[in-house]
Amino acid sequence: MSEQVTYDEVEVGAELPEVSYPVTRLSLVKYCGASGDFNFIHWNERIAKLVGLPDVIAHGMFTMAQAGRYVTDWAGPQAVVTEFGVRFSAMVVVPDDDKGATIEVSGRVTDKLAGNLVGLALTARSAGDKVLTRATAVVRLP
Amino acid sequence: MAVNRDYAGRTFPVSEPYEVSRVKIAEFATAIGDPNPLYRDKAAAQAAGHPDVIAPPTFAIVISMASSAVAMGDPGLGLNYAMVVHGEQRFEYARPIVAGDVLTAQPTITEIRDAGRNVMLTTSTQIRTVEGELVCTAVGTLVERGVGQ
Repeated sequence: MSEQVTYDEVEVGAELPEVSYPVTRLSLVKYCGASGDFNFIHWNERIAKLVGLPDVIAHGMFTMAQAGRYVTDWAGPQAVVTEFGVRFSAMVVVPDDDKGATIEVSGRVTDKLAGNLVGLALTARSAGDKVLTRATAVVRLP
Repeated sequence: MAVNRDYAGRTFPVSEPYEVSRVKIAEFATAIGDPNPLYRDKAAAQAAGHPDVIAPPTFAIVISMASSAVAMGDPGLGLNYAMVVHGEQRFEYARPIVAGDVLTAQPTITEIRDAGRNVMLTTSTQIRTVEGELVCTAVGTLVERGVGQ
């Protein structure tokens, strides 16, 4: 479990360190089962290509979940997420090999609000593309 | 087949109650690769002030998708699901989802609009306990990619 961040110690403008998260075909199969989203494009290369995609792509929500993990790991166990939103700007293409793809997430503190709320802006990249834009979260810190 | 614009503004029925289990939360946390003990260990969750294990923030999509699948699969809507990708997603949380919650979801299609060859379909879903407490509002935009792209 991560360290606990407190509202008082957070400074607006602070850059949060980048973290890299792996995603493989197995990740997507697990995510299909856990989420109930069995859209073919997330596990079937034949159909993904048939509908014009370069290969199997990650669920947008899998990518968002990695950004969510980034936020909760930074914020610590006593924090609560009150808002979380993203726009999916590029696909995370997941090749059928042992390596898969990676999603690199970084963040910045944008606001300190009343009620111990802290706003974050997030960035997520994969294979050089920005895969999330307008990604923001608000957390309540102790 | 084209997306039926008449569905904009339509509110769908409240979903069947969904009982959030510790096992399902742990399965979801494992699937996203997150080892956080708040999602598995009741004592750790209680030490952080929660009544039981909590769900990761994006777990709310499981509840909202189960309800909106009915709406998105409505043959009258005419959405071609193989051509659909996720455009945007936003959650506002009144509190975390906790194991033991019995939740319902009610989706409303708030907007259907064209963006070039694509069609953007936005749904707002209120997730409430069966007692009526609002837990989360999920707003999602799906993109049906146009033919020829």
